[in-house]
Amino acid sequence: MKRAFPILAVLTAILLSYATYAALVIAPTEQTMGDVQRIFYYHVPSGWTMFLFFAVNFVASVVYLIGRNLKADAVAVAAAEIGVVFCTVVLVTGPLWARPVWGIWWTWDWRLTSTLVMWLIYVSYLMLRRFSSGGQTPLLAAALAVFGALDIPLVYFSIWFFRTQHPQPVIGDQGSIDPSMLRVLLINWAAFICFGLLVFWSRYRLEVLRQEVEESQALEALLEPGSSR
Amino acid sequence: MNATRYLYAAYAATWIIHIAYLWTVARRYQRLRETIDKLKINELKGK
Repeated sequence: MKRAFPILAVLTAILLSYATYAALVIAPTEQTMGDVQRIFYYHVPSGWTMFLFFAVNFVASVVYLIGRNLKADAVAVAAAEIGVVFCTVVLVTGPLWARPVWGIWWTWDWRLTSTLVMWLIYVSYLMLRRFSSGGQTPLLAAALAVFGALDIPLVYFSIWFFRTQHPQPVIGDQGSIDPSMLRVLLINWAAFICFGLLVFWSRYRLEVLRQEVEESQALEALLEPGSSR
Repeated sequence: MNATRYLYAAYAATWIIHIAYLWTVARRYQRLRETIDKLKINELKGK
């Protein structure tokens, strides 16, 4: 992976560039909203990628709770961080799309509010990991992640279960998206997934390295009983 | 069209968020490398 990483990074950059070009130029202009609808090609794939990484965080947290596997803990923290980054993109691009289309930046409806709550849950997960120094931190964080994951289906299905300002699904059985728009949407999703996986891999390696350093420091402290630490 | 500025703002914000995050990862990696170097020096001194 170490040798393939630069090649994969270049390929991802090319794919992202093409995806952005497709979103801004190739995709047809939507009749009602005009060009501002092109935010859709960043907003929706970012949301799907966010769900993917939060789901990875959930699975890794369960694996950690079962077996206390440190690699699973590293996967969990890396996935949570990248999930939060994509969730932030969703929460920023959403209001920028809503303002010209709905006439408001924000409304406290189910989809928007549950997404904000999900962002807050995972930010608190990361803050717990960052500021808690006890040995039980990964365990507490994993428990919080399992609890936080309950919000994922609530966010996803909120547009089916509740009357919301947020649009209904545009793909699948109920969707009516133009095939050329769908193609551009899927290209953008593939590009964001590739980008997310590359960043995830870097963050995972960083976490594993951090765990190793922490272990070395603990050993060093044990070997030097006279040290002030 | 006036609404186009929201489109560009959304695309720019997306990349600002991603680049800012990548920068924090790179900084943390650099700090960790410095800690590893210090540990190596301590280990050599111990020998």
